[in-house]
Amino acid sequence: MTRTRKRLALALAVALAAGLGAGAATASEGAELPKQHWSFDGLFGTYDRAAAQRGFMVYNTVCAACHGLSLVAYRNLAGVGFKDDEIKAIAAAKEVQDGPNDQGEMFARPGRPSDRFAKPFANDNAARAANNGALPPDLSLITKARKGSADYLYALLTGYKDAPADMKMMEGMNYNAVFPGNQIAMVAPLAEGAVEYADGTKPTVPQMARDVATFLTWAAEPEMEERKRMGVKVLLFLIVLTAMLYALKRQIWKDLH
Amino acid sequence: MSDNASAGGATADMPITDEKSRRDFLLISTATVGVVGTAIACWPLIHAMNPAADTLALASTEVDLAPVVVGQSITVVWRGKPVFIRHRTGDEIKTAEAVPMDALIDPEPDKARVKKPEWLIMVGVCTHLGCIPLGQKSNDPKGEFGGWFCPCHGSHYDTSGRIRKGPAPQNLHIPPYQFMSDKLIRIG
Amino acid sequence: MAAKSYSNPIVKWIEYRLPIFSFLDHELNEYPTPKNLNYWWNFGSLAGIVLVIMIATGIVLAMSYTPHVDYAFESVERIMRDVNYGWLLRYIHMNGGSMFFIIVYIHLFRGMYYGSYKAPRELLWIIGVVILLAMMATAFMGYVLPWGQMSFWAATVITNLFSAVPLIGESIVTWLWGGFSVDNPTLNRFFSLHYLLPFVIFALVFVHLWALHVHKSNNPTGVDIMGPQDTIPFHPYYTIKDMFGLGVFMIVFMFFVFFAPNFFGEPDNYIKADPLVTPTHIVPEWYFLPYYAILRAITFNIWFIPAKLIGVVAMFGSILILLLLPWLDRSKVRSATFRPVYKQVFWVFVVDCFILGWVGANTPDAEFHGLKMLWIGQAATFYYFFHIIILIPLISVLETPKPLPDSISQAVTPGGAS
Repeated sequence: MTRTRKRLALALAVALAAGLGAGAATASEGAELPKQHWSFDGLFGTYDRAAAQRGFMVYNTVCAACHGLSLVAYRNLAGVGFKDDEIKAIAAAKEVQDGPNDQGEMFARPGRPSDRFAKPFANDNAARAANNGALPPDLSLITKARKGSADYLYALLTGYKDAPADMKMMEGMNYNAVFPGNQIAMVAPLAEGAVEYADGTKPTVPQMARDVATFLTWAAEPEMEERKRMGVKVLLFLIVLTAMLYALKRQIWKDLH
Repeated sequence: MSDNASAGGATADMPITDEKSRRDFLLISTATVGVVGTAIACWPLIHAMNPAADTLALASTEVDLAPVVVGQSITVVWRGKPVFIRHRTGDEIKTAEAVPMDALIDPEPDKARVKKPEWLIMVGVCTHLGCIPLGQKSNDPKGEFGGWFCPCHGSHYDTSGRIRKGPAPQNLHIPPYQFMSDKLIRIG
Repeated sequence: MAAKSYSNPIVKWIEYRLPIFSFLDHELNEYPTPKNLNYWWNFGSLAGIVLVIMIATGIVLAMSYTPHVDYAFESVERIMRDVNYGWLLRYIHMNGGSMFFIIVYIHLFRGMYYGSYKAPRELLWIIGVVILLAMMATAFMGYVLPWGQMSFWAATVITNLFSAVPLIGESIVTWLWGGFSVDNPTLNRFFSLHYLLPFVIFALVFVHLWALHVHKSNNPTGVDIMGPQDTIPFHPYYTIKDMFGLGVFMIVFMFFVFFAPNFFGEPDNYIKADPLVTPTHIVPEWYFLPYYAILRAITFNIWFIPAKLIGVVAMFGSILILLLLPWLDRSKVRSATFRPVYKQVFWVFVVDCFILGWVGANTPDAEFHGLKMLWIGQAATFYYFFHIIILIPLISVLETPKPLPDSISQAVTPGGAS
């Protein structure tokens, strides 16, 4: 009888604990996020290489003008399937700062695979000055730094609409259905055909949003595939070992009484 | 299930029961799996101390030799150390090749130290105690053998970077390198 | 107790000079343990193992971490991306911290339920509370090290609390900061202390185990050990049971590490700290949420004492009050198994702690079915102290406990001797 009560209290406690996770969501943050299906979902998820490479094209063509990716190195692009010579070309197409030279000056030189992605602006102040005071965030960790991760990113990029009639837009702001507060400084970055995909995929806004979300998830978590692979092996091993330990425990304790 | 009065195994007149060998098997197999798993789990702690990916990415350096004229030396950094690259003059090459092996503290023919005789590429760290020898700049002292001179303890290196006089035991080391093209090398 | 003689000459040589083998034999092998311990007794050894895992991963992480405001965030990302298995060590360390608190909280609640804090184990309990405080300090400072937005702002909010101390409060805060705000001096010293404290915890755990071994473990009946018939040797019975418990724990732990590594975390901490931008919701790590709720519950001054100071006192008080538990609970009966009223009220207390945690996660002005979060927090805070200071002593004096078994043996043997 008391056992049932104990179980009830425990169940209530667990439900409350689960509510803890949901608790933050009830604190009014944007609309409900539609759940997308991503190639990297689940225990066995992987990064769709084709999508990630298209996503890189989108980043490089559209986003890199304002958003850095400074924690990722060009050599890391091998992780989405680019070959060594492609990586060298991608790196060399950008200029990175180096120096000081023997005259004591900093100078620009073509990028190398070992360099991290070139920054679009020298520093945050320069970035703000070029963007009406708004700071375009570095995208290296953006999917880990936003609740909803890739789902949020996709919804944001496809969430630009006309503002509702009763909403007063502040100067220079754009209406977005998903951004907290619904007013975002960034102009809708994606337009149909903004990028020409090498593999012939039609560059619609949802397609580009999907691809760049895949790429940026990879950029934030390049270790994910190895992590999940290892996780499956580790958990299987642990389940087997724990089962053996349980059998051994039962065997040793059998002697008692 | 056999009814064991004794907690241990068999007594002298009872044959060893399946019970005991089953117990031992379970113990040994579980212990083995556990120990192996623990050992594998320790590996990441050890491997994390090995060079990281960004360090390995800088493990090789490409150098463009086109701007280096005859008689000019440049210093590049490879794996944190200076590498002397000298575009040798004809005289320097001749002098280097003419030195007999028995005159050398660390006998090594000049041909063994270069891939193309006009390009001398070596790690600019004195093999005595690690100072950086002088001789790269035109107004540097070059020692008695026209090559490099280490000011720390007075080691003299010749036009092939070989130790000729002084406490250093070995010639200046040649790093692994290859010519990617006529004027482009990759060190490391 | 017969002195064990060893046949191996090397063992004999060492044993004569430093009796480590007979020590281990006495404390870990033949050590008499109640034979009726249930799985709630596994959590002590689990906590010890997690401490070792945290120290091992922490030391290797510290080899690649840079404790400077300009490099800290990037050095952690370098660990995640470039250092061999760096992501694995980081995620183990990060989730290990959460696991450590889950385990220790369960361990603590076990102690409260079964009366493990009662005589003669009062000092054992006190050392445990001190370990908990040291863990909290360690975790708090550790969270600052990645120098994310939450790292910085949580550090700012919590260090600012000390300004509530009358007269010397501001000086204390300046002293803690090493400057006029949380900045590089603060980060550096937090790194130093975060590295140090786990070894202090290690020493405290040694003392904790020493105290435990004097009077041995409590057990689910709360009845003392009366003789060898009540006990079994620690090895092999509890060594294997602890190993099995460890296996179950590792499955849960590794699930989080490999498949949900950021479950316990905050996305905002993946944004580099910006002293000029405050996050919309500053939330501490989940294991601090109940104390955060207590802190924010006190919004009123009492006489001349400002609300902020009362809040700070209440927050620290909520842990320090646990030290008095052995003396607040006057029941002669240890285990809640035989204390019907205390048992029910105990579960109310557990639910109250969860409610406090949930309140801590929300903003004070948020509402739950029309009820302001602040009011719920105040009610839950009131109940927390009411339970410990009033209910426990009252119940312990007024309750009629159920009849205790004569002995542990009698309790576990079904109807008669074997």
